[in-house]
Formats: sequence, structure tokens, C-alpha cells
Amino acid sequence: MTVVTTPPTPQRNRSLLGGRRVYRPNTKHIPVLATLALLIVMYSIGVYNYDSFGDTQVFLNIFVDNAFLLVVAVGMTFVILTGGIDLSVGAVIALTTTVAATLLTAGWPAGVVLPLVLLIGTVLGLGMGAVIHFFKVEPFIATLAGMFLARGLALLINRNSIPITNDFWTQMAQKRFRFDDGVFISLNVVIAAVVVLIAALVLAWTRFGRNVYAIGGNADSALLMGLPVGRTRIAVYTLSGFCASLGGVLYSFYTSSGYSLHGQGLELDAIAAVVIGGVLLTGGSGYVLGTVLGVLVLGLIQTIITFQGDLNSWWTRIVVGILLFAFIVLQRLVTRKAK
Amino acid sequence: MTNLVRHRLFWPTVVLVVLLVSNLIFSDNFFRITLQDGHLYGSLIDILRRSAPLVLVALGMTLVISTGGIDLSVGSVMAISGALACLLIGDLSNPDAVGPVLLVIGAAIALCLVFGLWNGFLVAVLGIQPIIATLILMVAGRGVAQLITDGQILNVHSAPYRVIGAGYFLGVPVSFLIAAVAVGLTVALTRRTALGLLLESVGGSPTASRLAGIRARRITIMVYVFAAAFAGVAGLIYSSDVSSADSNAAGNLIELNAILAVVLGGTALTGGRFSIAGSVLGAVIITTLDITAVSVGVPVETTLLFKAVVVIILCLAQSATFRAKVFGRFGSGSRSGSPRAEVAA
Repeated sequence: MTVVTTPPTPQRNRSLLGGRRVYRPNTKHIPVLATLALLIVMYSIGVYNYDSFGDTQVFLNIFVDNAFLLVVAVGMTFVILTGGIDLSVGAVIALTTTVAATLLTAGWPAGVVLPLVLLIGTVLGLGMGAVIHFFKVEPFIATLAGMFLARGLALLINRNSIPITNDFWTQMAQKRFRFDDGVFISLNVVIAAVVVLIAALVLAWTRFGRNVYAIGGNADSALLMGLPVGRTRIAVYTLSGFCASLGGVLYSFYTSSGYSLHGQGLELDAIAAVVIGGVLLTGGSGYVLGTVLGVLVLGLIQTIITFQGDLNSWWTRIVVGILLFAFIVLQRLVTRKAK
Repeated sequence: MTNLVRHRLFWPTVVLVVLLVSNLIFSDNFFRITLQDGHLYGSLIDILRRSAPLVLVALGMTLVISTGGIDLSVGSVMAISGALACLLIGDLSNPDAVGPVLLVIGAAIALCLVFGLWNGFLVAVLGIQPIIATLILMVAGRGVAQLITDGQILNVHSAPYRVIGAGYFLGVPVSFLIAAVAVGLTVALTRRTALGLLLESVGGSPTASRLAGIRARRITIMVYVFAAAFAGVAGLIYSSDVSSADSNAAGNLIELNAILAVVLGGTALTGGRFSIAGSVLGAVIITTLDITAVSVGVPVETTLLFKAVVVIILCLAQSATFRAKVFGRFGSGSRSGSPRAEVAA
């Protein structure tokens, strides 16, 4: 651990962390930089091979189409940073959209429905966090139960797809921020960007963020250091529940419908985005920015496959699998070197 | 009495009995088994027949979990084996000949073994966390299965192939017999030889067992190969039962159900000890739950809710901390050792 290397000026290195930490952020940045490089390579390939791939709107559409995934993945980042996992996010999206659509159809005002659905997801996350912490149930199993619960509730409420015709909802869904002729982003993107920004700040600059990293690094040490392990752990699952329900709201804006089968397998996409973004699945290392890049990579794969035209949708899965493999091996090599 | 209550299979058994008895309230003939067309017929037989794939997958999962690992790719492997078998059978000149069909089955299982080796290689040689290593195949596997079937649902008409999932031997469902043989073999291998002990020692501490002279790496690879092989057989049973290969539906969510079955059976996800009887019991509980929901008349979709409630209750019942807090029996049941012992309880 006493390797003395002259660090090639780590970007924005937090000097207050002191000497030993100096070289570490460098190795920690490698997966994120690799993702960035991959993103640039993929984008260049796309621009080179397909007409009009370079349009600004094509790139912006990746954000428009994946804003909900971005929000969910941000919540997942927190959970994975503590070394946990949240399998319930896809089901929470389904529950959120179903509840929202049902209540709006029943004539409830949007001002009540919106906070209510966000509250449902948050409370579900809080409950799972509490079970994980207080009863020492494994995160995998507890969130699996949460997934069954949320999906089951959604199916119980309504098994059909319900269109949302509420004025507020349609307004939000159609809201566009135009920069130039034909260049726009939707409201979803703005919300997602705000979430990403807040999450990045919280993770980097607050005590809570530090605690999240500490627990992911070693929960026992964190406990011995007197950090509020229990509170933090419950908080990350609550946060993930909130992000999932917010993702659900964005999804209902995006699709203008509520359906109990929305978001199936979305938890895998979110986990894949987080891993490709360079967050260590064992916890303790990674950045929200990485997750953003991970979501972009997933979105770009889909865009390329759409542009290619003769490739079938299952290639997406195979390519995502290959990328997962590459990034996991890369992480493995990096962490091994760090030790 | 307290010993009985504290036995780790007590609560799962109670749940199963309650489920079966509650079935009796809603359908009088639930326990009746009749002989029709030379084979046994009845709800209980149906449960046995339909739990076969889950029992097989849970069996492999138990071995993997006993070494402290997890295998998320079983559902995808199921889809791949069914897809390959149906593709090859579709190409046969005579799909009703037994020999070629056996060859096809062999090929499908061989492919699954390769995928098992891949998982084992990632976990044991590259040292990647099992949950992530198998996530790769879970994501990519379904794509591979769709690639094999070209995104179509392949229908096959082959009498010998159909026997695996829907046939009867001496009146007993063949799929049940396959599962029973697999369970018997696994029990014999793990409890009559030193293999079970080695598995538990690798699960307890790979480093310590390696220092004790156990080839931990080889054992780890082996359990993933086993899990993939069992999943492959389960995939064949599934696709044979429906006479088609559906890459999306085959083994959908089965990894979660299998893990659930293993946990319900009292095997801790941390590894180091396992109960095959418990996992089989867990798998039967889950299948019974699905069938009960139908016979009780709850809409099929609420099965998930039902499942969630049962999982929550069972997990809490198995959590030593919860029992201690609720029943005030702190320390009586927890095993000494590492601070994580209570997780394992």
C-alpha cells in the first residue's frame, strides 16, 4: 500500500483526502474513462457509417428515450455503491404508472396523484431498507420480495394498459425545450439532469455521500468508525425507491399510459448501466457520471441497431452482455492492480 | 417440541401443509388421485409434474449457493437448451426416431455444459463476483437463444421428444422421474461422498479450504457446470412440455424462483451449508403456490402478491434477529462464530 508514484495530475483530485489517497482516484477513474472512450468510438462509428447519425437530435433523443432509465440508474448507483442491489425498480415503475393512471382516470387531481405515487415508491424502498437492516435479510431476497409485491399490486389494481388523458400529464408529456429548428429535449430530460446533478453533488460533497462510499468499502470498518451504517443503508434503499417511482412518473409522461407490465427487466438495464459506467458491484467505488455514461452506451447501442436496420433486437442483449463482460474484466484488472 | 419447531425444515413444511390444506377448502377433489388412460391423474400429480423444472434448477442453484456463489443465468440457459433442441429436431428427417432425438438432447446439454464452464471460469479463474459473472450470461443468453431460433417460436412435432416433458412411465410423469433421479444422484454424491463436505468448506472459506488441500477452484467450476446442466435438462422438459421453443417465456424469472426455493429451504445465501431436501421442498412450495392461486380462484396475476407475502413471512421467520425481537428468545438459536452467523441462521 506504500507505493509511491508521482500521479499524472489526477483530475480535480480532492487534496484534502491526503497522501495515500492520491494515486487511488486515478485507478478509480479508469473504468469511467474507458466507458467514455467506448462511447466516443461507438458514436464515431455511427456517424461514419450512417447518414444523419451525427444530427444533434439523434444524440439528444438518446436522452429523451432513456431519461427514466437514467433516474432509476442513479438510485441504483447509490444502492450498488453500498454493496447492495435493488431488484424492485422495474416493478416499482409498473406500480407507479398503474396507480397514477388509475387515480387520474378516477378523476383525482394531478397535484395529489403526483406526490402520492412518489410517496408509494419511497415508502416501499424505506420498508425494504428497514427489513434489510433490522432483520438482516439479504438485499437480494428483500428486494426480490419487494419486486413481487410491487408487480403483484400493480397487476391487482389493473392488468390492462390504461391511457392517461389528464391535462397536466399531457402537458408535461408534450413539453419541449427547443434550442434550434428541430432540436429539442423533453421535460423528462431536464428532470433527469436535475436528479443526476443533485445525486452527483450529494455523493461527492456531503457526509451522506461519504458514508455511502465507506459502507461499500467495508461495512464493518464503517460501523467501527462510528458511522451511521443502519441509517445510511436504509436511506439508500429509500432513495432508490424514490428514484424508481420518479422514473415511473417520467415513464408515464413518456408513454402516456399506465401498465402493470411496464418496466419488465428494467432492473437489469439499470444494473448493466451502472456496471458499464464503472461502478464496482462490490461497492465502494464509482461515480454518478459513470452511470450517466453507462446509460448513454446502452442508448447508443439501441440507436445504432435501429440505424443499421437489418440487425434484430436480440443483438442488443448480446452486445450488452459482451460489454458487461469487458467492463467487469476491466474492473477486475484495475482493482487487482490497485491492491 | 422445541426441537421440532427449531428444525430448519419446520417452517417450510408448515407452509406447504397449509397451502395444500387450503386447497382442500376450495376444491374437494384436491387430494384425489385417479388412474386415467393408464397414468395417474390429479392435482397432486400435477404439482409433481409441474414442479420438475423448478426442482432441477433449484438443485443446481443449491450446489452453487453452498459454495457462496449464485447463478443468475439458469433461465437463459433453459431458453438456450430448449431453442437448440427444437432447432435441431426441426432439421431431423424423421423427428419420431428415438436415436437422433437422443443425440439432439445430448447436443443441447453439451452446449449447456459449455455455458456452465464459462460461468465457472469467470468466477473461479478470473475471480469475478458470482452475481455479476452470471449476470453476463443472463443478459446475453436470451439474445443467444433468440439468435438460435431467429426470434421465432419454433414448434416441433416429435413423439420421443414430447415424452420428456409430457410423457408418463408406469403411470408416473417422466419429468417427475427425471427430477427424482437428479435429486437422488445429487443427494448420493453430496451426502454419501466427501463432495458435500468439500462444497460446504469452499463455501465457508475458499482460502482456508485451499490451504487445507482442497482444490477450491475445480469445485467452484464444477458446481456451475452442474447448475447449467440441470438448467439445460429443465429447459428440455419445459420446451418438450409445450412442444415449442419460446426464447422469451422459457425459464422467465426462474432464477429468482429457484433462489427463492433455495432460501425457503433454509440454505443461506452466504454459503457454507446447504439442504437439498429444503430446496426441493421450497421448489414444490412455489409450484403449489402457483397452482393454489389458480384453484382458489384468485386471478393468476395476484400470484405474485401471494408469493411476496409468503416470501416476506418466511424470510422474517427465518431471520434470527426477527425471531429474537418478536419472541424475545435472543441468542437461543443463533450460531456462534463470525458476527455474520445470524445472517446464516
